[in-house]
Amino acid sequence: MNKLIVSPSPHAHSSESVPKLMYGVIISMLPAFAASVYFFGISMVIITGVSILSCILFEYLIQKYLLKVKPTHLDGSALLTGMLLAFCLPANIPFWMVMIGALAAIGIGKMTFGGLGNNIFNPALVGRVFLFISFPVAMTSYPEPGQLMKYTDATTGATPLGVLAEGIGNSTAGEIMAEVPGYMDLFLGKMMGSAGEVAAFALLLGLIYMLVRKIITWHIPVSILGTVAVFTGILWLANPDSYADPLFHLLTGGLMLGAIYMATDYVTSPMTKKGMVIYGILIGVLTVLIRVFGAYPEGVQFAILIMNAFVPLLNKFIKPKRFGKEVQHG
Amino acid sequence: MGLLTFSRGGVHPPENKISAGKKIEFAGLPEQVIIPVTQHLGAPSKVLVDKGAEVKTGQLIAQAEGFVSANIHSSVTGKVLKVDSFPDTSGYRRTAIQIQVEEDQWAEGIDTGEELLETIEGTSEEIRNKILAAGIVGLGGATFPSHIKLMTPKGKKAEYLIINGVECEPYLTADHALMMEKSKELIVGIRVLMRGLGVEKAILGIENNKPDAIARMTEVSASDPAIRVQALKVKYPQGGEKQLVEAILKREVPSGGLPIDVGVVVFNVGTAYASYLAVQKNRPLIERVVTVTGKSVSNPSNFLTRIGTPASYLIEKAGGLPGDTAKVINGGPMMGKAVSNIDIPIVKGSSGILIIRDKEASRGEVQPCIRCTKCITVCPMGLEPYLLMTLAERAKHEMLESNKVMDCIECGSCSYTCPSSRPLLDYIRLGKAEVGKIIRTRKAV
Repeated sequence: MNKLIVSPSPHAHSSESVPKLMYGVIISMLPAFAASVYFFGISMVIITGVSILSCILFEYLIQKYLLKVKPTHLDGSALLTGMLLAFCLPANIPFWMVMIGALAAIGIGKMTFGGLGNNIFNPALVGRVFLFISFPVAMTSYPEPGQLMKYTDATTGATPLGVLAEGIGNSTAGEIMAEVPGYMDLFLGKMMGSAGEVAAFALLLGLIYMLVRKIITWHIPVSILGTVAVFTGILWLANPDSYADPLFHLLTGGLMLGAIYMATDYVTSPMTKKGMVIYGILIGVLTVLIRVFGAYPEGVQFAILIMNAFVPLLNKFIKPKRFGKEVQHG
Repeated sequence: MGLLTFSRGGVHPPENKISAGKKIEFAGLPEQVIIPVTQHLGAPSKVLVDKGAEVKTGQLIAQAEGFVSANIHSSVTGKVLKVDSFPDTSGYRRTAIQIQVEEDQWAEGIDTGEELLETIEGTSEEIRNKILAAGIVGLGGATFPSHIKLMTPKGKKAEYLIINGVECEPYLTADHALMMEKSKELIVGIRVLMRGLGVEKAILGIENNKPDAIARMTEVSASDPAIRVQALKVKYPQGGEKQLVEAILKREVPSGGLPIDVGVVVFNVGTAYASYLAVQKNRPLIERVVTVTGKSVSNPSNFLTRIGTPASYLIEKAGGLPGDTAKVINGGPMMGKAVSNIDIPIVKGSSGILIIRDKEASRGEVQPCIRCTKCITVCPMGLEPYLLMTLAERAKHEMLESNKVMDCIECGSCSYTCPSSRPLLDYIRLGKAEVGKIIRTRKAV
């Protein structure tokens, strides 16, 4: 008679798997990738390719030679980090800077904490902020869209948020709005910005795909975008000359990318729905504070990293609703 | 009323109800039966017969010992070969009575006729005593002695009887078959339990993947305003009693409590049918419907099986053990127990024998927790399996208790879902065992 396997229940498993989730996110990013290639041409292809390959390579090297563990570089997570990192860089950034960013993302942001599942901060954002602080000029000059065959030699300019931050002391918000692309252009992506952050429309398509495939839930993106809309809305209604309107804020900068892809990273976001909403709201608040009152024109990257640090606290104190009240034992 | 369901968690494993629609078939008498004395929750029963004794079908052969225990009757006529330790589902050897089977000769006083007896006689207490005498235990799998559940503790009041016709485990179809073929007897059995419990309202919950059973039971209960059928959305673990009570009555059984705390008592349809036989026909619990199934099984069936029949006997009747068998499960795929030996006896709690093929039997490679929150989303008890696993690994017993590990109903939804194939339920069970010991020690002090 055959030998029988004896293991504890359950004796069935769903079709869920880590690669399925990772590749699901990657697929959802394809519209945004296509939009970025449309606007930034070959430079987008170069930096995305370099970022992905570097992330995978560094993860493999660190795991095999430094940590001496079984390399898991092909599980899709390093690829995803590579893509996300490329999406939040200016498309004309030199390839060696991209590699440094990848090393910071994987080496510092992920592997120092113990690899997949153990990091506290979003690795792609760690890489981005590392580059932002190390190479401030390269990281704040963005290529104009439409220069499809140019890479590091592309003509550059400031992002709409950059224009707003610069001009707000001297002109009214209304005057500044006239200088930046119109809403439809912002929505479709015809503006200066990081490779992946420009096309709000394409990013939203990705969000819908992920929601339908149950990769993420609506709680984090809606809380972040809703809070930004409400907060900037209040400011704008109070003083329309000093503040840009909510729609402008929603469509510019890394907010869409951050709300849909960075803040929703499984490992660094809260475990309960209630926790996710609080997390999203606070990211929204911090983003607006930094954009409007802080030194930088864009605040999403810092807002998310700051809130990443609070996630363990949110997980500790916010528990799911337990079934059944406590029985009072006499 | 539309389809109801429970409020949190749940998963949708493929239903695989391969044996649905198969009429209940009497499995026949095996050569020998092995009847364990621990077929129920509570104390093992005291053996009343010795080697060499001649026993009749339905004769009492082991007696309930103590308050939480049950009577055990011979399921066959024959000679006791020995009273010894035999392996059972747990893999351990436990005391059982082995009987060499002869042609059926029923013990005195038992009505073996098929006629439907609808008039119920006797007081609540008399009914409870008959159920105790007949050795009725919960046939949904928990095997809790039923007469105890019919006695409402002081300070509590029973308002509703809920009958569990959900059968949410994939593959299993025994309860479905019972509802289709014994519907009228079932209604009488429900009335018997209502009187034994002292309630005036009963609700039979059936999952929507059995529309024929819903229709049949609705039709048969139409003339009785006290009994109604409630169709439920198909979602595992709808058949868990806490989830069932919440879905039907929107009442949550308190943590650490029982359904009677919210005025409800739940019984499986098999138990209701067995109660009909016990009270109306004086028939003790000696047989039950067992589904034998699996993707490679050539004759998946619902067998009416005498208690003590070896599982191997049923597997032969279902076409024999397939060549690609990797696991044999006593129960369903979500909560059943894998057995190491197919000669183990069918006992009161055996609802099915499921044969799993080698290509579906292995677990995935365990990967780190990616904090995807799916285990929390699917947990019907509002727990955090990822956290309970880590706490159990590190033996953090206080935190396990405060994070309500004892509330876990071990449904397996978490392990089923985890994309990293983490053995969540294995560790949660470990945590429950350790915390359970601590709680018992604390109470004893």
